[in-house]
Amino acid sequence: MKAARKLSPLHRYAAYPYVVWAAAFVVAPLLFVLYYAFTDRSGSVSLTNFSRMFNGDTLKVFAISLAFAFIATLICLFIAYPLAYAIVKTKKKTQNMLIMMFMLPMWMNFVLRTYALSFLLEDKGLLNRFFDTVGVGHVRLIYTSGAVIFGMVYNFLPYMLLPIYSVMAKMDKSLIEASEDLGCNKFRTLINVIFPLSLPGVVSGITMVFVPSVSTFYISQQLGPTDFVLIGDVIESEIKTTGGVYNYGSAISFVLMLLIFACIAVMNKFSDEESEGGVIV
Amino acid sequence: MKITGKVYMGVIFTLLYAPILVIMVFSFNSSNSMAVMNGVSLRWYKELFTNEKAIDALVNSLILAVTSAVISTVIGTAAAVGIYHIKNKRVKSAVMSVTNIPMMNPDIVTGVSIMLLFAFVATLFGLGIFGFFTLLVAHITFNLPYVILCVMPKLKQMDKNLPEAALDLGCTPLQAFFKVEFFELIPGIATGLLMAFTLSLDDFVISYFVAGESFQTLPIYIYAMTKRRVLPDMNALFTVIFAVIFILLLARNFMTKDIVPKKAKEV
Repeated sequence: MKAARKLSPLHRYAAYPYVVWAAAFVVAPLLFVLYYAFTDRSGSVSLTNFSRMFNGDTLKVFAISLAFAFIATLICLFIAYPLAYAIVKTKKKTQNMLIMMFMLPMWMNFVLRTYALSFLLEDKGLLNRFFDTVGVGHVRLIYTSGAVIFGMVYNFLPYMLLPIYSVMAKMDKSLIEASEDLGCNKFRTLINVIFPLSLPGVVSGITMVFVPSVSTFYISQQLGPTDFVLIGDVIESEIKTTGGVYNYGSAISFVLMLLIFACIAVMNKFSDEESEGGVIV
Repeated sequence: MKITGKVYMGVIFTLLYAPILVIMVFSFNSSNSMAVMNGVSLRWYKELFTNEKAIDALVNSLILAVTSAVISTVIGTAAAVGIYHIKNKRVKSAVMSVTNIPMMNPDIVTGVSIMLLFAFVATLFGLGIFGFFTLLVAHITFNLPYVILCVMPKLKQMDKNLPEAALDLGCTPLQAFFKVEFFELIPGIATGLLMAFTLSLDDFVISYFVAGESFQTLPIYIYAMTKRRVLPDMNALFTVIFAVIFILLLARNFMTKDIVPKKAKEV
């Protein structure tokens, strides 16, 4: 009955400014990364950046960054999952307030949050003063690798909490009741019903913590030992302090980008399959 | 079970807020000690509010956040409308993939890539272009996907008969859009605008790479000030910012019920 109306020019051309913008400032910059990554400082095409990366210390730094981000993500998951579970168990009104309270620090800039952490962990800070008073003596807290992990967890924990909580809050309560009616105890319900259903939240939480952790350069500079570098620090110093020689920094950025995209693709695939499986359970 | 849950929440809450509380208390310290309160004073607040560089950085951040939020909301809203009406599925998914790139990419890669583009332009024309303009372009770029993602669902929810009716009743397409469709999209546009504003205000990593000497934002200034050292007037700044955020969130919580998470990357 309804005749297909021709799209008005307004609707047809509305996306054009954006497409031009994205081509100029999203696609073109990435092409520059690609160009610099595959050329040497004289501008001729070469793979020197990559051979340098895979033969030298950078590979080790990559491994350390991945390991640190992995540990931080795991700790976040182990802290946030029970937390989300505990929050969901409260009344709806309390839930909103609790989530707001746990998300509030997220609204502070992360540079400031990390600063607050370093203030507390400092050699002359409150914690060490406390240790001195109780008689434990001085404990090195700041400028340690532990502090870097702690900084990542402290900064990114809410990124893990929110997606897991959102999925849990929307969960169909009758499925949990059904599982209990069918003889599962609380623990088995958690493992067999709640966990599979919450996987999409877990997956997006993992990505949201892992990506900023693996690419950070501020946390390691502020809280890590002297000379301690993560891959973000290498990129930062290569880009900022080499006076216009961007090749090596671009090559590392390129590899980091591929790595992250691969992680996201794997995680998304994992979550799709599992969530379907979860529905069948 | 219930008591363990409460204790657990209490422990995490304490860990989360302990550093914040310590900073706030010590911002009123009369000395610069990090462990002993020597007396209560507003000394560091006085220093902060007479610190021209800090005030400049704050003003810069606000100017940048407002302009980039407004521009990205205009371009992004139009983009959402346009993308929504693209018939060719391949083109549509290509555009959406490009839209996802800044959200998936680590900030450091986005920052480096945009910086490389500007560095190229700078060598081409021999100009020092890094400053407000480069920051503005970068901020609009990382704001756009979020605006589009905020507006898109409203387009999908909209009753398609509404603009049809307006056209049947004699509106030109332009009138139909601004008199009918636009009002249906307002909640999404408002959320997008707010989100763009906070993202821009909050960004450190991307700004760090594309900023120049002439124009510093607040996060960049704080970074430069707090690198491996402690400055008491930063404690005062921290407290002021925390208080402002707390009041804003409280006010908003009274007005609306949902909490829009900052940087809720939909990966």
